[in-house]
Amino acid sequence: MLYPDTVESVVLVHQPRFVATMFAAALVVFTVFNLTGTTMGELMRPVIGEPLQSGFYGRFAIALVIAALFCLNIVLIGFASLKIQIAIVWIELLLVFLAFFQTFHLSLPFIEQKLPFLIAQGLVTTVYVSAISIAIASLIAILGAVAKLSTNGFAYAIASFYTSFFRGLPLLMQVYLIYLGLPQLGIIIDAVPAGILALSLCYGAYMTEIFRSGIQSIDRGQWEASRSIGFGFGLTMRKIILPQALPVIIPPTGNQFISMLKDSSLVSVIGVWELMFLARTLGQKTFQHMEMLISAAMLYWIMSICLELIQSRIERHYARSKVR
Amino acid sequence: MSAETIIDVRNVSKWYGAFQVLTDINLKVRKGERIVICGPSGSGKSTLIRCFNRLEAHQEGEIVVNGINLHAKMRNVSDVRRNVGMVFQHFNLFPHMTVLMNCMVGPMWISGVPEAEARARALKYLERVRIPEQANKFPVQLSGGQQQRVAIARSLCMQPAVMLFDEPTSALDPEMVSEVLETMTALAKDGMTMVCVTHEMGFARAVADRVIFMNGGQIVEEATPDEFFTSPKHERTQVFLSQILKH
Repeated sequence: MLYPDTVESVVLVHQPRFVATMFAAALVVFTVFNLTGTTMGELMRPVIGEPLQSGFYGRFAIALVIAALFCLNIVLIGFASLKIQIAIVWIELLLVFLAFFQTFHLSLPFIEQKLPFLIAQGLVTTVYVSAISIAIASLIAILGAVAKLSTNGFAYAIASFYTSFFRGLPLLMQVYLIYLGLPQLGIIIDAVPAGILALSLCYGAYMTEIFRSGIQSIDRGQWEASRSIGFGFGLTMRKIILPQALPVIIPPTGNQFISMLKDSSLVSVIGVWELMFLARTLGQKTFQHMEMLISAAMLYWIMSICLELIQSRIERHYARSKVR
Repeated sequence: MSAETIIDVRNVSKWYGAFQVLTDINLKVRKGERIVICGPSGSGKSTLIRCFNRLEAHQEGEIVVNGINLHAKMRNVSDVRRNVGMVFQHFNLFPHMTVLMNCMVGPMWISGVPEAEARARALKYLERVRIPEQANKFPVQLSGGQQQRVAIARSLCMQPAVMLFDEPTSALDPEMVSEVLETMTALAKDGMTMVCVTHEMGFARAVADRVIFMNGGQIVEEATPDEFFTSPKHERTQVFLSQILKH
């Protein structure tokens, strides 16, 4: 939450100047875009006659109606309570998206036919590759963060070299390097382990920095209190510092998890049958690329939403000790 | 009087880089003694007591606590710390644990006390600092004075040989100072060995066996409270006392 003042400001969408500006902007935009050939043109047939022959008059009339509906919509939403506002705007944006996809004339039966395989093979692979990578990356991150904060020269050097290297190379290149490079050393590695290794190492490097800043954000007094009771380094870290650092670490880590979920699509280049790989190959035979790509996109989005929900739950859990 | 010495400080000096914070400090704290250390800010009094449980390192001289010599290569610093309770200016309670847990974790994780016994002990000491009813709250839900009393209880739960207080009332509202001082006075009455860095001269006069005045990293004056307040020997002490007692 931003700082909520106790004096209410005038609702923006109820200011005549704002509404007039939005109206004018919508009018201009929809006059410029020719909508006479769309469903909107058909709906306006009683007013403007044959849509395609209505010319500028038709375009202007359509724009006028859309602008009026749009402004009425935002003014009405302005009256609703916060939660209802959020819900309505979400639903409307989703509908706009649906309308947009409608214009692609997607073959729904094709999607229905391929979706089970896309989920059973692609989604499942994506989820387990990401989940394992996230777990390993978190472990690496804790070790890396402690090493980077330590006064041990070896540990610091190794950790800083590691973060510098793996943050400095494109993930795609790391995937190739591990999959194609390791066999040169005589280590034959399958595509899935190679992908997991690349993702863990790369995200471990980013998360090292997140964990380090989280640990550093804890007041020195906590260390002193813990050590003065007699706790050693390990106990202090595990029981005192990390639990307090977690609320600081979790929001950016949630970000990393979502980002990793999507970046796992990069391992499709080494032939792992995950979501992205299948989305590209399943539609290829019949040139129905859009169907599969959009289905995969929606699946990624749904997974991300799940992670967002989990993240907000965890954040609420840790907000406990902050409640006054 | 030849009571057992708990803290023995001999010729201790300490530097931060080129700056000397402690110069040739000599001090003996005997069992059951209550010592108040005062002095202007920057005089090294906090630094000195933080050396007693090795939160700070000294470079010269010897500090022996409970028979254990403190030095950089010691492997049993934990044995010293579990026997030396410390109360900080800013309480430093663990904010992610309830008050009760704050008091239980030390005995459980360090002394291997079973959970039930640790709980009983925590409740006993929370009772002693007069806040048993706050046991299940989190530290942020308590006032400053209450938090400081929990911090005292947390240290007591380790059943230490000596308690160090590092300006325990400096961060408190005036109204809350007295509740903390009362707790400390009660503790002193029970015979706890205490070393307090504080500016509460009323407390010093009522409780202390000895008052130590520090200035510029040195012990300038060491006297009984009576001597200290009625006839301070050194000019610097007189100036200091006139400054803080003038209001």
